[in-house]
Amino acid sequence: MTGMKPVTDKPIFPAIELKNVVFYYQPAGWQMSLPELILQPGQHLFIKGASGSGKTTLLNLLAGIIAPRQGEIMLGGTPFSRLSPGKRDTLRARNIGVVFQQLNLISYLSVLDNVLLSAHFAGCNNAESRQRALLLLQRLGLGADLAEQQAAALSVGQQQRVAIARALLTKPALLIADEPTSALDADNRDSFMQVLLEQANACGTTVIFVSHDAGLRQYFALQLDMQNLAQGVQPCC
Amino acid sequence: MLLKLARQSLWNRRGTALMTLFSLTVSLVLLFGIDHIRKEARQSFTSTVSGTDLIVGARSGQLNLLLYSVFRIGNATANVSWDTYQRISKHPQISWTIPLSLGDSHRGYRVLGTNTDYFSHYRYANQQTLQFASGQPFSGVYDAVLGAEVASKLGYQLGDNITLAHGIGAVSFSEHKDKPFTVTGILAPTGTPLDQTVHVSLEGIEAIHIDWQQGAPMPGRRVSAEQALQLDLTPKSITAFMVGLESRMATFVVQRQINEFRGEALSAILPGVALAELWQMLRMVENLLLLITLLVLVAGLVGMMTTLLASMKERQREMAILRAVGAHPWYLFLLIQLEVLLLTLIALLLAAVTLVVALWGLQDTLASSYGLFININPFSLQSLYWAGAILLASAVLACIPAFSAYRRALNDGLTIRL
Repeated sequence: MTGMKPVTDKPIFPAIELKNVVFYYQPAGWQMSLPELILQPGQHLFIKGASGSGKTTLLNLLAGIIAPRQGEIMLGGTPFSRLSPGKRDTLRARNIGVVFQQLNLISYLSVLDNVLLSAHFAGCNNAESRQRALLLLQRLGLGADLAEQQAAALSVGQQQRVAIARALLTKPALLIADEPTSALDADNRDSFMQVLLEQANACGTTVIFVSHDAGLRQYFALQLDMQNLAQGVQPCC
Repeated sequence: MLLKLARQSLWNRRGTALMTLFSLTVSLVLLFGIDHIRKEARQSFTSTVSGTDLIVGARSGQLNLLLYSVFRIGNATANVSWDTYQRISKHPQISWTIPLSLGDSHRGYRVLGTNTDYFSHYRYANQQTLQFASGQPFSGVYDAVLGAEVASKLGYQLGDNITLAHGIGAVSFSEHKDKPFTVTGILAPTGTPLDQTVHVSLEGIEAIHIDWQQGAPMPGRRVSAEQALQLDLTPKSITAFMVGLESRMATFVVQRQINEFRGEALSAILPGVALAELWQMLRMVENLLLLITLLVLVAGLVGMMTTLLASMKERQREMAILRAVGAHPWYLFLLIQLEVLLLTLIALLLAAVTLVVALWGLQDTLASSYGLFININPFSLQSLYWAGAILLASAVLACIPAFSAYRRALNDGLTIRL
């Protein structure tokens, strides 16, 4: 079951690799095709696109929620898209972190329990995970006193930082961020970006960041415009 | 974590969860309560008479004989002559007899003429003997012993005088006012028709009718209470009599002999068999009650399912987050199922506690007002079967919101825009 092992164990493979990926919804109408997308461990990609350009579909493909109609998605050398949905879920729990636009947390759980969710589904919810969760929260500026608070009691900015802690707890190979700064003001946005990329770098995590905010491009070496997917776009430098 | 999620999710929606819990608990209390009372009522009903092997009356159907002799409902078609009663009483297999003479009343309560054997041999509710709350059995011709309800409802005490009326109406124009009775004893509550009975001696019944004929006073003949005492008050007939045998092995033999008695057309019935037949007739009502409570339960379960189904939309974000961190759609299915299981289990527990407390609180009222002696422990092996069936039914119904969560998890993916 090599597919179940964290992909960080296999640095010789790209973090994520999409080859000749085609996806369309039934009945076929709108179609998205991506001839090739390769991201090495630790690389950060910025994806921009207008509403309806297929950002959500791409994120669902990358996270393994849906499988491509054609082509293949490899996660750390594992043919991710060819696995059964159940195995994709397990692999996602261990190797992919997700940060949403807002409302990232389950409001009725404590901050710490929200962070530990990813460890639970990755099958490693133990004392070590708990310690690491507290450490991550501390690094993100959330002290131990906040850890036992209900998630709903935190500010939006704090909630987004908890989401980063949850996404990075299992040291995932890939972090998918879906417009996570859209609900933040300029100061909080910059602080959030700094913390996100700093922690991702510390974990050697590849980041795929989706936003319509062109101002955030500065943080990323690689960029992709969803409008160009139909022609098949290579990530540029 | 699954249990924690289910528990905290319910707590997060505690307003609707509590309402669901409340309606489910009420349904379960009704179901278990009615089932328990139904069983206890049957038990109490069949315990009205205990330890009596045969009841003998004039030839009639066994239900009619049972109803008027035990439950004081209806009237006998004919009487049994005193001679016949005396002859049968002397049967070597018969240990004791209790003569019963009915036909009079006091303010709507039936009057029973009998002898003191009644107080020593009559048993009810699993061989319990009659106990006196105050006073003692009658000894004089004009003494009366009141059932508990007669004394409490009419406010009688020892030494009070009462007059009997001819017939069984609540209001009578044919009263035996010239021969009043004195209350010498009040029985403790039994939860049987005895509580609604005025007991007097057979001689007392004979005395009040000594100057009566065909249900009316004989014109021109008046016998005072004192004069009556000087006369022979041996009854000429009685309504029925109860029989206790030396050995139960002889029950069918003695029954057949009485039924074939040549001197008079008689019927001897086994009270247990007659009670079972009577209860069988009431089963339809019993089943109807059970059906209604089952429907109430179904309504409670459907209510729970509807509430969960309605909450699915507002829980889309929660489901998306769980999916994002690696939860399989089946995990979400199980989460909903577990929430339903928790709600049902808590409702079962609450219903059990509520029922025990309610039965404990109502035990005396049910006994004194309705004659139902209820055991406060409503649980039996069948209760466990019920609980299992309810859990299963709730799990089946929960498949609808659970499947909805599963489908949404597959369709919505990671990005739910709110």
